[in-house]
Amino acid sequence: MAEITPPRAIVALLTLFGLGWAGYAAGAPPLGLALGCLGGAVFGAILLWRPAPERPEPEPQAAPEPPEEALFPTLEELMNAIDDPSLLVIGRRVVRANPAAQALLGTHIIGQDVRLAIRHPAAAERLIGDTKDDESRIAIELVGIGERERPWELVIHELKNNTRFVRLADRSGTQAAEKMRVDFVANASHELRTPLASLLGYIETLQDGAAKDKKTRNRFLEVMHGEASRMQRLIGDLMSLSRIEAERFRPPAETIELGPLIDEACQATCATLGTDLAQIRIESADKSVAIAGDRVQIAQLVSNLVGNALKYSPEESPVTVAYESVSETMVRLVIEDRGEGISPEHLPRLTERFYRVDPGRSRSMGGTGLGLAIVKHIVERHRGRLNIESEPGVGTRVIVHLPKNPPTLSSARNESVTKADAPSLVAMRDSR
Amino acid sequence: MSNTTEHTVKAFDDDIGELRALVSEMGGLAETAIGDAIHALIRYDLETAARVVEQDDRIDELEAEVERHAVRLIALRAPLADDLREAVAAMKIATVIERIGDYAKNIAKRVPVFEHRVEIEPLSILPAMAQIVSEMVHNVLDAFAARDAEKAKEVIERDEAVDDFYNSLFRALLTYMMENSHNITQSTHLLFIAKNLERVGDHATNIAEMVHFAATGEYLDDRVDVSETFAPEPEEDS
Ligand SMILES: Nc1ncnc2c1ncn2[C@@H]1O[C@H](COP(=O)(O)OP(=O)(O)OP(=O)(O)O)[C@@H](O)[C@H]1O
Ligand SMILES: [Mg+2]
Repeated sequence: MAEITPPRAIVALLTLFGLGWAGYAAGAPPLGLALGCLGGAVFGAILLWRPAPERPEPEPQAAPEPPEEALFPTLEELMNAIDDPSLLVIGRRVVRANPAAQALLGTHIIGQDVRLAIRHPAAAERLIGDTKDDESRIAIELVGIGERERPWELVIHELKNNTRFVRLADRSGTQAAEKMRVDFVANASHELRTPLASLLGYIETLQDGAAKDKKTRNRFLEVMHGEASRMQRLIGDLMSLSRIEAERFRPPAETIELGPLIDEACQATCATLGTDLAQIRIESADKSVAIAGDRVQIAQLVSNLVGNALKYSPEESPVTVAYESVSETMVRLVIEDRGEGISPEHLPRLTERFYRVDPGRSRSMGGTGLGLAIVKHIVERHRGRLNIESEPGVGTRVIVHLPKNPPTLSSARNESVTKADAPSLVAMRDSR
Repeated sequence: MSNTTEHTVKAFDDDIGELRALVSEMGGLAETAIGDAIHALIRYDLETAARVVEQDDRIDELEAEVERHAVRLIALRAPLADDLREAVAAMKIATVIERIGDYAKNIAKRVPVFEHRVEIEPLSILPAMAQIVSEMVHNVLDAFAARDAEKAKEVIERDEAVDDFYNSLFRALLTYMMENSHNITQSTHLLFIAKNLERVGDHATNIAEMVHFAATGEYLDDRVDVSETFAPEPEEDS
């Protein structure tokens, strides 16, 4: 029987490393990574820990103490601790399957030929072929194991003695992201098609000569102008979204003074919406507040939020824009209205692209449904935080935290992006 | 139990295991072929279509291997009752899977016809029909691997939905052809594709019956194949 020889230890370590790396390469979250390493540890244990040799060790002092059996978990326990469906295959037979694998592939697979467990053509060859020394880790993308159309990555680790460790990593997350992109294109096309169809309708009516009198014709032209402007706005919004996304990993470094920028943005917004600037009250506790930001983007953020506040509240009801420094590092910007508010079930979805509480109404006001999505992306790029609090019939308050200094690249990147990905959205039930 | 019998039992288990594994491998190929063929058709993907045609050879090869294996197993081990039933079922299932592969190939071969695709409205039904058929094939192969008679029965129940799809597609296409005589070629090909799919559904049902039989020893009632009454047979190109 085998003893702990250097090659064996090396294989075990390589397995450990390989599995960890597999998790990393697959973009696994930290937990998955940890489990991958654990999987490696399983094999470290399997390979290192065989029954004691029958003959005595030739050099007693060189041999390490055999590990206390009681200290180690069993192979069963270790495999059960792996969340990914995992199989141990010796020759062609499945000898172990963890609960995740049994749930996915059925309990019948233990003791069966591995081709009965996984019958995908791309996998079959790899699963039963001869072990090759040059490829100790093979990863294949597969669709349709267990459930049809569910994507998996099949990772096969070639171990010693014709043994294979087979792990299935769930890839539906990646595909979901892909689907979101596809949905986005579909949504965007749909949003463009509606005004285009109505434009064509009016043009055809004009061509037919149905609108003889000048008044009708002018009314038509006005509607056409409105629809065309909406398309233009939509395309503009889509372009700024993609620009912001493209710059996502490049934090803005410019220092900008918030006061003048907010004044300017509010004026511009009022001009486009045709409202009186007096409806907006701008407040600041500090004389000068500066942030590290992108001037154009912050102006767009203010304009989108103030625009919403004006659009979704009655005429002449006040809108407040307040900004102040709240800590060494952070600035807070609050935009508040006393409008119709938003009921809690809509809050979590507001920053989705094209999401509107009342699609018909938003469209008739020329809205694209991209305003808050753009705001969210701008906040993300600035490594800030976005909160939306609202109570129907009382009003809405949007709170944006933005950092004063440009973040140092190394520390800021991952952490703040994930944080901003999930802006906390709190319904403002009892806070007022 | 004496030592020799134990040995024989073990050897038989190994043999039947190998046989079933080969059938499952074939099934995996056929399942993929159907999915790819439909995908190729919808996307006008000539490369995938060509691959489906090419890989059909592998299915044929495997069928021959299954047959050799089964014959040898039956001759050498002279299995009885349950074991014999299992071996025979595996062989028959392989034959049916080979047919499914052929249908996938037939569909793939028609893809080039759709180069200048016209908007054939009934075409929109096809993916939904293909979806059900693929699921039937997928599930029946799962049932085979698990010797799951209940799951096999569920597959049989879905065949009716496929027949309904086929009949409505058939009618829609006929109407369409009458109104759009210039698109008659593509419409005709679509008709054959739909028929191919319908046959795949039938074959999945056949497999389900055999899985059920192998697992329980009971025959299920023969189904009445409604679609045969007015449906055209696909031409046999292979
Ligand atoms: N201050 C607010 N009060 C009430 N409802 C709001 C407010 N802000 C946003 N909403 C709701 O959230 C939805 C999404 O807002 P968003 O700004 O993303 O799109 P929009 O205003 O419809 O169009 P646009 O892209 O032109 O801004 C709006 O349709 C509206 O229903
Ligand atoms: Mg808006």
